[in-house]
Order: sequence, then C-alpha cells, then structure tokens
Amino acid sequence: MDSTGERRGGVTPYLELRAATRDRDRSLRDKVMSLEEAAKLVSDGEHVSLGGCTASRTPFAMIWALIRRGVKDLAVSRSIISTEGDLLFASGASRHIMTSWFSQGIVWGVSKVMRAHTESGRARFEEWSHMAMGLRYKAGAMGVPFMPMRSMLGSGVLDRAEGARTMECPFTGETLLLVPALNPDVALIHVQRCDAYGNAQLDGLTFMDVDMAMAAKRVILTTERIVSNEQIRRAPDQTKIGFFTVDAVVEVPFGSAPHECYGIYEPFYGHMDLYAAMTAKDPDAGAKAYLERFYHEPKNWAAYLERIGMAELLDARRRGSSIYDD
Amino acid sequence: MTTETANAPDAAAYTGSELLAVMSARLLADGQTVFAGVGIPLLAAILAQRTRAPGLTILFEGGVIGPFVEPGKLPPSTNEQRCARRANMLVSITDVLLMLQRGYVDVGFMGGAQIDRYGNLNSSFIGDAERPKIRLPGTGGGNDIASLAEMIVAMKHEKRRFVEKVDFITSPGFLDGGTSRRDAGLPAGGMFRVVTDLGILGFDAETRAMTVLALHPGVSAETIKAKTGFPLPVPADVPVTMPPTDHELGILRELDPERLYTA
Repeated sequence: MDSTGERRGGVTPYLELRAATRDRDRSLRDKVMSLEEAAKLVSDGEHVSLGGCTASRTPFAMIWALIRRGVKDLAVSRSIISTEGDLLFASGASRHIMTSWFSQGIVWGVSKVMRAHTESGRARFEEWSHMAMGLRYKAGAMGVPFMPMRSMLGSGVLDRAEGARTMECPFTGETLLLVPALNPDVALIHVQRCDAYGNAQLDGLTFMDVDMAMAAKRVILTTERIVSNEQIRRAPDQTKIGFFTVDAVVEVPFGSAPHECYGIYEPFYGHMDLYAAMTAKDPDAGAKAYLERFYHEPKNWAAYLERIGMAELLDARRRGSSIYDD
Repeated sequence: MTTETANAPDAAAYTGSELLAVMSARLLADGQTVFAGVGIPLLAAILAQRTRAPGLTILFEGGVIGPFVEPGKLPPSTNEQRCARRANMLVSITDVLLMLQRGYVDVGFMGGAQIDRYGNLNSSFIGDAERPKIRLPGTGGGNDIASLAEMIVAMKHEKRRFVEKVDFITSPGFLDGGTSRRDAGLPAGGMFRVVTDLGILGFDAETRAMTVLALHPGVSAETIKAKTGFPLPVPADVPVTMPPTDHELGILRELDPERLYTA
C-alpha cells in the first residue's frame, strides 16, 4: 500500500467510489445467470465480503464455485467466519480474512485448519470487534470514510487493527474510536427469495447484509428461489436488498448447505461433525481430502448435495421449517 | 472435577459446567436486559428466565431481542434461527450491538478462556500475538460487550486461566486497574462478577483488583488461592454459596438433554 493508502486506512476515495457506482448498469434488468458464470465476476486479489453470520445464510454455493474455479488471494471479510473460512484458506482462495470470530462454531472447539494456517504464518486472520465490522460496512454503505464508536478502546484488538484511529470528540472532548469504511469489491449474499432483477426479501436475521450490499461495488446474490417481480411488488416492505445494488442473481436451492437458511433448513449438523472429524488430526490433509470429495469431485451443486446425503438434507429441512410450528 | 467439590456432599450430583450455569443464573435479576453469549451464558440466562427472573430480556448478538429458546433446541451460536424463537424483535447485528452503546443493556454475560487480576479477558492468542502458540477464535461481540456493559464472566477456575497478565487483551476489564479503563475512553460498564467452579469473585472499588466474594461448598481459601496465578485476597468470613438445587439442575437438563454445554 502506498503512503496515501496508508493514511486512508484502505478506504476507497469518495469520487472513485461514486464513479464505480455511476459506471454500473443499475437498470431494472434480468440478471439471472449460472453459478459458473457468476463465479467469473470475481477476480483474483479482490476484496470479497460474505453475507450471513457463523452457520447462517453463508453463501456456500458461490464460495464452492469460486474454489472450483481456482480463484486466488482474495481478501475476505465477514461478521463471523465459520467452516467457509477454513476452506478459503485450505484451497488457497484466500490468505487474508477480516472478521471478529473464526471457527466452525463453539460446539466444535477451535478450528484446527484456522490454527494451522494462522500459527504457521501462511495466512492472516485480521481481528476486529463485531461492532467494528458492522460499522465499517455501515460507513461504506453511507458513503463516509469512517464511523465513530466506543468499544475496542484500550484493547489488544485495537493495537493490531490496521487503520483504526482514536480521536478527541470535537463536541465533548471524549476519546472515540474511528473505524475505516469497508467497500468490498464484491459482496456474496445468499437470500431466501429474490426476483430476476435482484430485489431480495430476507426472512429472519439480516446480520450485516443490508449495509454490506449498499457498501459493495458489486453484489452477487444466490437465492433459494427466484420469484416474480409482481410478487416482490405485492410486499415491497419486505425487500431488504434493492435491485440497484445487485449485479448477478443465481438460483441455488440449498445454497447455504451445510449451514442454515432461516425458515427453510437448519445447519446440517451431521455433516459439520464429519468436517470437524476429518480435519481434527491432520488439518492440512483433512481439509484437502474434504475439498477433493465435496468441492472438486461432484460435477455440479446437485451432486455436491447428493454427496452430503439425502438423509442429512431432509433432516435439516424438517428442522428448518419447524420454526413456523407455533 | 476438583478434590474439593468431590468432597462436597452433592458433588456427584452435578458437573462443573452445571455449577457455573446455576451460580451465574442466580446473579441475574428480574426485569434486567442481559446480552448473552452462547454456551454457559445462554444456558444460565434461560435458567434465570425460568426461575427467579421470568421478566428477563435476553439479547443475542445475532440481532435477537427477547426470545424464548426451546428446551432441547439450544443454538450452536447466537446467529441461528433457534435463537430467534418467539422473540419480540429481530434487528441487524450492528443495531443490537449499538443497543449496548446506547445504554439499553444492564448485564453483559459471557465465558472466558483466560482472565487476569483486573478482569481483562483473552480469547485471541496464547503466547505472543505475532507468533502465537495457539490462535483462538477471537472477540466476536466480546470486546463490544465488555467495553459497554456491566459484565458477568463464567469460566473454569484453573491457574493457567487466572493469570497475572493476559497474553492479549481481547475484551477489556479494568485494564491496569484504578482509573485506567475510564482513561482509555471506556467510561461505562466494567467487570461486575466472575463466576467459577470454585467461587464468586468481584473487583475492588478503588484498585479494581479481583477479590473473592464467596466460595462454593467444600472449597477452601487455600485451594482458590493455589488455583489462581496472582495474589487473591479471601476475607476471613467469606460466605459459602448454596449448592445447586434439584429444581435448577432439572431445568438445565431439560434445556440441554444432550449435554452440549454442560458435559
């Protein structure tokens, strides 16, 4: 990074950000394409942000397609990164992840793959507080270079956070933390439903996705199903991500598997146990074997789901829909 | 299990994690709003809700306000749909964390991997951060919660976890003690209680150093001192906690029948 970039904390200059937006085709047009076509919209070395959080609405189908394509050296950001962080490191798709927490989930303990890559210095886990990640996307969404906040102060997390600055508040004289805006090159977000133009309706927890879509320079949506624009227009209050931010729409049922998609399926716990077991003893060899078996060998997304197994899928589906039982 | 609890009359009746959950739950009061992490904090908050604090409002960092988690369906993190069951409101992660900053949260409640005399918590690195012996998962919402709310921390009491100085401050306690927390720009919140399988600890109002407030049945002052990596004052007349009741343990086991968090 040059000296200007250093001073900017990696923040995209405002007019550059606006120019990138101005030059996009933001019209109400059909953006439906295949996973493979959408994967070509991401280039090596770009900053890719992932929607969802931990084991929820992880854009797994898109990550799967990117890893299969052999994409390299992505900088990846997410609120909390789970299984997919391991696989991005293990596949070489990324060597730099910005997040607040990194492991498959507390139930499975500390990720052995994350440990193997970070402790050896092969990859970098850049830690920010959860709220800092949220406000960094928020600043990006608002078109301002930073947001002020009151946590992270006094901590080791602040000492290591690149680009964060403290300041004396001009109104009160208090010490505040300023966190730099994140404007990802591409946001990958998985949703329950959207139309062909990219109007997305989210059920349940929205995590940081709405700000992330506004902050990003491009957005690729994967969706459980594509609905008509008429259906979207019947309940526009449910539309959380607007078509004008979206560049690609891919219909991928079970596109978050083995993680959950609110109201449709819960995490595939058996498969997540299997992944943890495969990577427990020898994380490098285990992750390689996992990628081979579940990422490279299946010929398409349906074949990937077949490998995970119909019993797993049906169980996750049954648990997922049970949220509407009472 | 420690020798002390093994000698206690009801020792075989509960695990160390169950003891943590019960003792933590008793610190929550009806009407409070508590920001709970997953694991023991979640379990303790639900236990409190079903016993002494039916009007307790639980917040999860996934963006959930006031849910009723279903027994036997504990979430694996605070970000799955199980957390959202019968909630009053769902918001974004950023918005629920901003509730901490705005002052709507009475108690922050989480677990810890390593803690020091001033209540600073480490969940990031064991060893030097540049070349860590172990890279831990990191802060999550921990830093935000500890920066902005009165904190209850529930953790196992071991010498390697209770250290003079943490390897890395992930979530701030009272930093270097005295007024250093406030001076760093953290005027609100701070460590309130640390609940362990040996006792209940608090912090001196002036020095902000950890002290013992109560010991669990069968635990001696010598034991808790020996299992702490810094000088820990124990008052001569230190009270002894009431052991977990069958009622409390029954609820915990109904909530977590597979012993995900209470093994």
